[in-house]
Amino acid sequence: MEPKEIADAIKDMYPAEVLDIREFRGQVSVIVKKDRIKEMMRYLHDTPEFYFDFIEDLCGMDYLGRKEPRFEVVYHLLSHRHKHMIRIRAEVPEDDCAIDSVTDIWNGANWHERECFDLFGVSFAGHPDLRRILLPEDWDGHPLRKDYPLKSDLGEKEWKGYKEVLDTAVRNKGYEVR
Amino acid sequence: MAVDTNTTKTKELTVSMGPQHPATHGVLRLVLDLDGETVVKCTPYVGYLHRGIEKLAENRTYLSALPLTDRLDYISSMSNNIGYCVAVEKLFGIKVPERAQYIRTIMGEMTRISSHIIGVATHALDIGAMTLFLYSFRDRETLLDLFEMTCGARLTVSYPRIGGVRNDVSQEFIDRLYAFTEEFPATIEREYETLLNENRIWKERTVGVGVISAEDAINWGLTGPTLRGSGVPYDVRKAAPYDAYDKVEFDVPIGKNGDVYDRYLCRMEELKQANRIIRQCIEQMPQGPIMAPDAPKFTLPPKDRVLSDMESLIHQFVLITKGPIASPEGEIYVATEVPKGELGFYLVSDGTGRPYRMRLRAPSFVHVSVLPKLCEHALVADVIANIGTIDIVLGECDR
Repeated sequence: MEPKEIADAIKDMYPAEVLDIREFRGQVSVIVKKDRIKEMMRYLHDTPEFYFDFIEDLCGMDYLGRKEPRFEVVYHLLSHRHKHMIRIRAEVPEDDCAIDSVTDIWNGANWHERECFDLFGVSFAGHPDLRRILLPEDWDGHPLRKDYPLKSDLGEKEWKGYKEVLDTAVRNKGYEVR
Repeated sequence: MAVDTNTTKTKELTVSMGPQHPATHGVLRLVLDLDGETVVKCTPYVGYLHRGIEKLAENRTYLSALPLTDRLDYISSMSNNIGYCVAVEKLFGIKVPERAQYIRTIMGEMTRISSHIIGVATHALDIGAMTLFLYSFRDRETLLDLFEMTCGARLTVSYPRIGGVRNDVSQEFIDRLYAFTEEFPATIEREYETLLNENRIWKERTVGVGVISAEDAINWGLTGPTLRGSGVPYDVRKAAPYDAYDKVEFDVPIGKNGDVYDRYLCRMEELKQANRIIRQCIEQMPQGPIMAPDAPKFTLPPKDRVLSDMESLIHQFVLITKGPIASPEGEIYVATEVPKGELGFYLVSDGTGRPYRMRLRAPSFVHVSVLPKLCEHALVADVIANIGTIDIVLGECDR
């Protein structure tokens, strides 16, 4: 199916959920509410005409100051049988920063969701093992948020693993850390 | 002293393997819960190489984000560069000249050869077949010398550019590469396949190990040879051709049983197919420009023009310092087939010269996540075989 047809079919099935459909360079994004996202994904996975058996990608987005609600979780789905793809963007507000996990539909979503939790702070309800994945467990903050600084001098608030490395270097080698 | 088996007790043992372990291909840490020699549970820990490439790219221009992609999968940096350039070109709507497309295809397939032979060789080294490792580095050296001849770098090449490639390839490059492709298929058969294909130890260690069915492989999001070993004929080069892949003929090898041995066979066949693509590209490659001429607002002007023409100098200055002034507003997901699997770039543009968001879908990241499934109820020795077969590079996994 053409991406536009898929988007229209989703809108017919979930008229109250679909907020917008956008097309750019032949790729179609369906912007949806987050409340029934799991049901919608299950429908896209199970219905024979769509048969989205493969989750290419799942990632977070932060539109701080540009759009309300602030966050989005973006799903890229592909069907190996029908060779078509679609992008679903689910809006997640900052004060209720959680969305249903799709891990039991696609196992491949597991680590992507953990990464999104780690770097954006969006939590996934029903995820079997929601822990930080790329950053240390005691890390403070979510780096891919737009209000997280690229570079800053944290001084005493620096991550303790990094301070330990510096302290050891000073102790063993007599370096001076500036 | 004799052990009284009636009073000795057994208990589960937790072993931390890595992050500094020669068989983990980098800094991967696996926590293995063992019952005797059987793995009960395997928990991977990644992130030791996390450099925040996605965050860095948001704060750079489209052009200066290119060298970051070298540092993903550092043994196939050319493919990552190409993937990034293809994505940005699709976002900007730039059409790449035909010669540049062919050059990129050649470079991409050379990278595939060098990555696959390293992948198979380190995999074999872990399982105990060392000779192949030495042969593979000899062949890889030829390819790296050719990279060096073209762009001056062997590993972090940054050779492709948005809209084309940095400079043209020389006739000497083409002659030497063509000579390599004439020899290479025979080398594979003579030196690689005779050592492994019917090797009894190799087969004992790989046949029936790390089996994943086609359905599971798709559900877990596997791509590349790791997916094709399970019999799914999915290849981005065929499904959504980019560069010159729609102008050359090649086959997509698939496996039957989805075990370590079949994935190995797929990689060996892909070496021959890559060789075939390179030969076709050299034969078909037309003369012509190597940079898109119709997009001066996005691509760098040629150096001789910059030194003689005021307009080009201004374009170069603005592009380097500020990036493209007016990029189209929109979002795009473009996947390319790198040696490890499907590398996807999701670019969101807000109309400025810097990407608002650059998301990387790294194949190694997804492939590490399937390790617990492959290793469950396997032996400790099979864990090593499984790490080798998914062919991961942690630089790409951790980004």
